Amino acid sequence: MNFVLPQFLPAVPEMFLLGMICFILVVDVFVSESHRLVTYWLSLASVAGAAWLTVAVAQQGSLLTFSGMFVNDAMGNVLKLFTYLIVAVVFIYSRDYLRDRSLFKGEYYILGLTALLGMLIMISAHNMLTVYLGLELHSLSLYAMVALDRESPVASEAAMKYFVLGAIASGVLLYGMSLLYGATGTLDLTTLGVHIASAPTASIASLFALGFVVTGLCFKLGAVPFHMWLPDVYEGSATSVTLFVGTAPKIAAFALFMRFLVAGLGGLHPQWQGMLIVISVLSMAIGSIVAIAQSNLKRMLAYSTIGHVGFILLGILTGTTAGYQAAMFYTLTYVVMAMAGFGLILLLARKGFESERLDDFKGLNERSPWFAAMMLMVMFGMAGVPPFVGFFAKLYVLRAVIDAGLTWLAVTAVAFTIISAFYYIRLVKLMYFDRAPSGARNVRAEFDVRWLLSGNGLAILVLGVLPGPLLALCARVIAF
Amino acid sequence: MTGQFPILSLLLWLPIVGGVAVLAVGRLAPQWMRWTALLFALVTFAVSVPLWTHFDSSTAAMQFTEKLPWISTFNVDYSLGVDGIAMPLILLNTFITILVVIAGWETIQYKASQYMAAFLILEGLMNGVFSAVDGMLFYVLWEAMLIPMFLIIGVWGGPRRVYATVKFFLYTFFGSVFMLVAIIYMYVKSGSFDILGFQQMSLGMREQLFIFVAFLLAFAVKVPMWPVHTWLPDAHVEAPTGGSVILAAIMLKMGGYGFLRFSLPITPDASHALTWLVVGLSLTAIIYIGFVAVVQTDMKKLVAYSSVAHMGFVTLGFFLLFAIFEKSGGLAGTVMGVEGGMVQMISHGFVSGALFLCVGVLYDRLHSREISAYGGVVNVMPAFAFFMVLFAMANCGLPGTSGFVGEWMVILTAMRANFWVAFGAAFTLFLGAAYSLWLVKRVIYGPIGNDHVKEMKDVNQRELIVLVLCAVPVILIGVWPAPLLDVMHATVTNLVHQVVQTKLTGG
Repeated sequence: MNFVLPQFLPAVPEMFLLGMICFILVVDVFVSESHRLVTYWLSLASVAGAAWLTVAVAQQGSLLTFSGMFVNDAMGNVLKLFTYLIVAVVFIYSRDYLRDRSLFKGEYYILGLTALLGMLIMISAHNMLTVYLGLELHSLSLYAMVALDRESPVASEAAMKYFVLGAIASGVLLYGMSLLYGATGTLDLTTLGVHIASAPTASIASLFALGFVVTGLCFKLGAVPFHMWLPDVYEGSATSVTLFVGTAPKIAAFALFMRFLVAGLGGLHPQWQGMLIVISVLSMAIGSIVAIAQSNLKRMLAYSTIGHVGFILLGILTGTTAGYQAAMFYTLTYVVMAMAGFGLILLLARKGFESERLDDFKGLNERSPWFAAMMLMVMFGMAGVPPFVGFFAKLYVLRAVIDAGLTWLAVTAVAFTIISAFYYIRLVKLMYFDRAPSGARNVRAEFDVRWLLSGNGLAILVLGVLPGPLLALCARVIAF
Repeated sequence: MTGQFPILSLLLWLPIVGGVAVLAVGRLAPQWMRWTALLFALVTFAVSVPLWTHFDSSTAAMQFTEKLPWISTFNVDYSLGVDGIAMPLILLNTFITILVVIAGWETIQYKASQYMAAFLILEGLMNGVFSAVDGMLFYVLWEAMLIPMFLIIGVWGGPRRVYATVKFFLYTFFGSVFMLVAIIYMYVKSGSFDILGFQQMSLGMREQLFIFVAFLLAFAVKVPMWPVHTWLPDAHVEAPTGGSVILAAIMLKMGGYGFLRFSLPITPDASHALTWLVVGLSLTAIIYIGFVAVVQTDMKKLVAYSSVAHMGFVTLGFFLLFAIFEKSGGLAGTVMGVEGGMVQMISHGFVSGALFLCVGVLYDRLHSREISAYGGVVNVMPAFAFFMVLFAMANCGLPGTSGFVGEWMVILTAMRANFWVAFGAAFTLFLGAAYSLWLVKRVIYGPIGNDHVKEMKDVNQRELIVLVLCAVPVILIGVWPAPLLDVMHATVTNLVHQVVQTKLTGG
């Protein structure tokens, strides 16, 4: 009986974050309502601390610890750093909105941090159990977050829907994992990968399991036909929660695809490529066509997310390194754009006014030319018009797709891009071509939010003019 | 020629910086905003003049080249250069932008700083399109151009501006994305985005046909060719005067430029095989759209349709070379067709721009574009009438004006190729005269139409400057086109030689 102490170093950021969560949980109980900012600052500090630790312990190559349950590698670290950044910015954007709605409570931040912890574990998962652990920690936090506004029936409905569908998806994923365990006798993703790849033909059991795994993962990402929860959750939650749900989890979901589908089930690529082609085309179709009929901006952005997810899957399904790099670039830049988009909705919202209908953006150019320009960049960026970064993201994905010999798929994808351009430019039309309704107030925001949001918007332009460094980063960390 | 003064970069970035500066000045010192815009437009023009004076017209190679790695992971270069086709178009662009800034001086009051900034940024992007030697850089600028134009029509346009601008955006976006797929495809094949590399690479017939069709979609929408021209009348009618001028004078030229830079040299065999299609569409534009123009009651629409007809001449001139090559087996006369198309593009830039400015002058006074709202304008605005008649004459190709040179060259080429094509093309001679002169008759001459016309004041100094600036090149090119032909001759000759060589490798 010898117990070897595991190496803790690769997981130090996660452990630090866990400690901080417990600490904040206690502190928050003793902090009076008027000093709630203490929780806010502590949350930001823990995110920053975790980021610092991630950089500090980062090493060349990949490190396995906890008996191969947990991996610390370059791709994971880059994705984690982006997740920290996004969660921190989400916290800052949400502050005033939550305060206006008497939701500025410790729960939002604590749930946000536990969700963050779940995402970090997902990103670093190297075993099916860790995958499931991270996924559940993350999902449960989000369900609770959606329901944060107890008074709102819409939010409760959204949370209920999310929870029920999410639970089914988790169950499906778990079932797939158990089948895989039965077929190969291992839970370790690398060993699984070796088993699957060395099998001369794909066994029926592993194919069966693959179907379940793809379903579970696509649910997480919100791809058609597993997208039903997404529009309701986006619309029903308080906008600050939508901001959270709509940004950082996409990065974690991308990591899950890479760890599970690419590394673990890479040997079944010919099989899952077909599945993902169908799913991604459907996602792009539903995402671009249904969004046209929406009058609620949050719902419209939900469908737009579905369309973008189709593009991310397009990169993954190529099964080439270039495709994975393109998908990573797409995910990261999409999250930056989505963050700016929801951030601007938060900026315009005031007490008793949600600013989530498309019409609320009428004549924004007259009220605030600067933020109208920021929203313009978000919209043209998402539509994929150069010189904004959304174009380059689409370009790299398309290149990988054509490189993989799927030119027809690239043509299909650009056809849906044209359709989606229609609803993006409709918002530009409302902001620039329509006059502001009388009584519309000027945009007011705190200093830090103003600067951060401007930086966020300009990042869409700057990353578009100089996409090289981020692209090189994606190329360096993805080496499959 | 690397290492010298980066004149093309300056032409690309200076107006964009100027646009941002105008926005800032508009906020801090609104009274200086218009002067800032004019200053940047003038300086940009001044910077572009050395392109002409230092141009080496004996070579077809790219000149004033600059090359920097842009996105090294993808071999995308920030690579600029001009040849005899691109250089005149850049000068046209920098020149016309000055006119647009002056023309919008007093007439634009709503968000004027954004108006000026949009045009300056647009100018920079368009300069970039004409000077890009890298396929991806070209595409980025080509698409980016849509954004300012979309805003210009949508914010400062007429009553149906939203419909017009959304139509404009979606049409052009639709055309371009397929070009993107074609460009990426060629990148995957060749490993770089260099346009000159695209021109050299060998492609099978099937590939060429697909690539040609993808390019045709993009360029035909831009030119615009029948039947994808329908966005143009709407966009022109609703756009503010400046927007119409840029649209007609520069943006349409991008389509023609694209044919010369991409379609013909990259897919020569597909171009050859589909000549019938392009020639057919061009002739339809010339004849059918010519008739459509005659019956218009809206002045801007009339000029817009006449633009479509004139651009039909451009594409006709470009694609006739295959017919001649097939018939005679030689290249005699083919160069003239392409050059005729080019001259027609430049000339049309000045003439249609000027006509839109004339309509703008009338519109500012009476707020109507209907032909029937005018009549006998010559009685109250003699100076204006002189210019409008001049530009109308140039529009129908009167010898001595720039309109004549291009049309004559193309018809002459058509005669070598096929009598019936020439016969069709020659329809423009009387159709052009019909719609231009009938327009003049109804608007300028005759008795004074109504009391409103009686109160109209003749052009002021600002408007006069703009019209004179348009008239000078129209006459100059008409009387003495040799310098213009001279700068493009080497490039066009090289192009024609390149195009008649098959790229097919053993089937």
